[in-house]
Amino acid sequence: MRYLPLSDQDRSDMLAVIGAPSVDALFEAVPSDVHLDQPVDLPFHQGELQVERALGRLAAKNVAAGSVPFFCGAGAYRHHVPASVDHLIQRSEFLTSYTPYQPEIAQGTLQAVYEFQTQVAALTGMEVANASMYDGSTAAAEAVLMAARITRRSKAILSPGLHPHYAETIYTLAHNAGVKTDPLPLAVDNEAAVLSHLDADTACVVVQTPNLFGTATDVSKIAEAVHAAGALLIVVTTETVSFGLLKSPGAMGADIVAAEGQSIGNGLNYGGPYVGLFATRDKYVRQMPGRVCGETTDVAGERGFVLTLSTREQHIRRDKATSNICTNSGLCALAFTIHMSLLGEVGLRRLALLNHQQARRLKDAMSAVPGVEVLTKRFFNEIAVRLPIAAAPLVDALAAKGVIAGVPVSRLAPKAGMDDVLLLAATETTTDDDIAALAAALKEALA
Amino acid sequence: MSAQTGPIRPAGRADAIHLETDKPVTLTGARGLLQDEKLIFELGGWDKTGVDLPEPELDASDLGDLVRAEPIGLPGLSEPEAMRHYVRLSQKNHAIDLALYPLGSCTMKHNPRLNERLARLAGFADIHPLQPISTVQGALELMDELSYWLTTLTGMPAVALSPKAGAHGELCGLLAIRAAHEARGDARRRVLVPTSAHGTNPATAAQVGYLVEEIAQTPEGHVDLADLARKLGPDVAAVMVTNPNTCGLFETEVVEIARLTHEAGAYFYCDGANFNAIVGRVRPGDLGVDAMHINLHKTFSTPHGGGGPGAGPVVLSEALAPFAPLPWVVHRDGALDLREHEERSGEDGRPQAFGRMCAFHGQMGMFVRAYAYMLSHGADGLRQVSGDAVLNANYLKSRLQDVMSPAFQGYCMHEALFDDRWLADTGVSTLDFAKAMIDEGFHPMTMYFPLVVHGAMLIEPTETEPKGELDRFVVAVRALAEAAKAGDVERFKGAPFHAPLRRLDETAAARKPKLRWTA
Repeated sequence: MRYLPLSDQDRSDMLAVIGAPSVDALFEAVPSDVHLDQPVDLPFHQGELQVERALGRLAAKNVAAGSVPFFCGAGAYRHHVPASVDHLIQRSEFLTSYTPYQPEIAQGTLQAVYEFQTQVAALTGMEVANASMYDGSTAAAEAVLMAARITRRSKAILSPGLHPHYAETIYTLAHNAGVKTDPLPLAVDNEAAVLSHLDADTACVVVQTPNLFGTATDVSKIAEAVHAAGALLIVVTTETVSFGLLKSPGAMGADIVAAEGQSIGNGLNYGGPYVGLFATRDKYVRQMPGRVCGETTDVAGERGFVLTLSTREQHIRRDKATSNICTNSGLCALAFTIHMSLLGEVGLRRLALLNHQQARRLKDAMSAVPGVEVLTKRFFNEIAVRLPIAAAPLVDALAAKGVIAGVPVSRLAPKAGMDDVLLLAATETTTDDDIAALAAALKEALA
Repeated sequence: MSAQTGPIRPAGRADAIHLETDKPVTLTGARGLLQDEKLIFELGGWDKTGVDLPEPELDASDLGDLVRAEPIGLPGLSEPEAMRHYVRLSQKNHAIDLALYPLGSCTMKHNPRLNERLARLAGFADIHPLQPISTVQGALELMDELSYWLTTLTGMPAVALSPKAGAHGELCGLLAIRAAHEARGDARRRVLVPTSAHGTNPATAAQVGYLVEEIAQTPEGHVDLADLARKLGPDVAAVMVTNPNTCGLFETEVVEIARLTHEAGAYFYCDGANFNAIVGRVRPGDLGVDAMHINLHKTFSTPHGGGGPGAGPVVLSEALAPFAPLPWVVHRDGALDLREHEERSGEDGRPQAFGRMCAFHGQMGMFVRAYAYMLSHGADGLRQVSGDAVLNANYLKSRLQDVMSPAFQGYCMHEALFDDRWLADTGVSTLDFAKAMIDEGFHPMTMYFPLVVHGAMLIEPTETEPKGELDRFVVAVRALAEAAKAGDVERFKGAPFHAPLRRLDETAAARKPKLRWTA
């Protein structure tokens, strides 16, 4: 077996040192009636070539986004990632290292995390960010629990444009922790509806912008009302590239930002692993979940970085911790940092504008298709359209013709009464030809 | 072969370290191949980019005042600069590809590169979680196959794949347990957890709204059955036990623990962080387990990546399976489908599935790697994995037990636990000893965990270490142990001397946190 270095001679030499008759004898603590005496009933080991064939066969059954005109968004976005990013994250020292518990021999990881935290704070317009969460949805759920701890209140209002998977994830975590959720019915552009739900028990309002339907909202007014009610504003963003063009959540008064960072540095990967961005104000840092890296010095006075504020965390505080999170998305966060370092402010702004440009062209093309109504007015790179027929069967039919025509709302919320609404995203990878192909396919299907 | 190979250089020579520190300080801060590397924010490329993008033809005038007015504050690097910057940083990290990484309970084993290649196939890496089901049949087949392997290896009937890490899996398991109790109208308040447990266990139980109560441990390092029996009662929802436990011991009475737990109407949660010690030999389903998370990044070797991503699928018993979170893969009309919404309801009319752990379907990139690892090893290889992991740990224990003090007698499982009695009166602490190991080229073992042992040192070599590397480690640790006992205290107190940085001031970092770069 190519991954197991011990030879039979090694094993018998080692058993002699131990004084054990066999490897099986080392398992003497296992009751004999539950210690299997044979391998389990599964295939035996295979060579690299055979495994590559088996998985290659499975991969070939999927339609890769890059092989067709492709318009899916709704929380995961197809962007171009520079080759150097993937090369760097596969360096052994990054790929095969553990959480940096021994900072003297983990400065590579720690300095990169410090850069990540600084980038995330800058993008979101916040004062402090952690070392990453699992993804945007779990970051949002943790943000709600954090707001409940800070305000000592127990209700979270979820805006009408919040991604249904995010709302379900928040509900699952929150209601078991004693926090009620108040989800508002899905709507393309009705963020202000949260205001009439504010009350003395409200810990936080969760608003997504750009929202599920692509609508970008200035939440400044909502922030004022939320703060006046003694609650916190959590801003959720699933498309991180939008930070390159739109006003930052921090500038609009957010108290906590929970975002999906997949768009920068990370592929679609059928939904994971992704990287959750989590940022907040300095005054709340001790209620923040997750690992955080800070600057310090060594005994010789040289600057260095360490994991810090660990008295919030499970390995120190156990049942009093701010969260149970341990593992985060280290390598995905590294990919984010490297890609963002390559882009820089100049590159990110241009990338964001290109995304917006292609979405505008997509919108214009959709407006020209008879029977299609564009619902989203102010958007970044994603729009919702109303079709004269149900969206899901149409998307399936177009897939058979080689066009992946976005995400039907019914896929995410079958009971929302939006069976005829389709979500379409465009990024810098979307060509004008792709848009023309979608428009032509829709025209033909709706004719 | 000799079990008493001597130290590399004479131990206890007081002048040895001074010879090292007499080296002149360099004028630039670099040390040979090791570069002194600034933060990207200090490298100054505020108007630079390493990505060539076309000039946009449209502007954002349609967005009006939604457009960001203020600068962001992000420096850029050209590609050559980015390569240098991050390669220089990488060289300041220890890695499993460099040397033994004996972090007990963390399982740092070799990461096969085939798995990296396969996870990057466009058919896996470039598919969207919400594209039509007909276009992702291969992905669903892989998830289905992975589920089959996980349920077969654990002897459990069902698995929830979506949890994103071990602690997220614990959360999933406890949420299923809570849902199962509530479906019977049986609200329970307490969860029992041994004192040796990972911190995530009590933190998870608290996050699900339970009160946590500790179960005592016997002097032999096992769950104290009498204490467990005493604390079990009609308000106990679950007992969470790590098996093999964090002392590196198999819970010999695990079947009885499960029986007592079930007798009290509670569920038995097993923390599967150490499943790598028994994979292919023991099926948790045969032990009476109701739920167990499996850290794919430990047992099935998906890379740790400096702190993640992980993946924490949870296997579930018949009793808990109906409450598994969305989504899951189903067979329908000869094809595979994803069940993403709950269509069933229990007797009280509420949905059966307890909810959703995260957006989309889990860590697909990790599923591909873990499945490739499983196919590569096969049933025979996986049995060898646990055998060699346990053999390597016992070999280290045997070769170190005369100079260090094992916390428990007898064979260990995949990791060997030592306490700090052997350092008594040396003036050297567990922390000092760990830092001196860094100078000798090894990552330290897990320190001060589990909490039940004073000054704990938990050593886990894993099955992917060759005997030669274990011997090299033994030589280094023995030499250090002799140096400590010979009064060579400075070697430890000042350590590390040879790492990229000397010992870091963690207290100062926490007292006045500086968590981002500012001009």
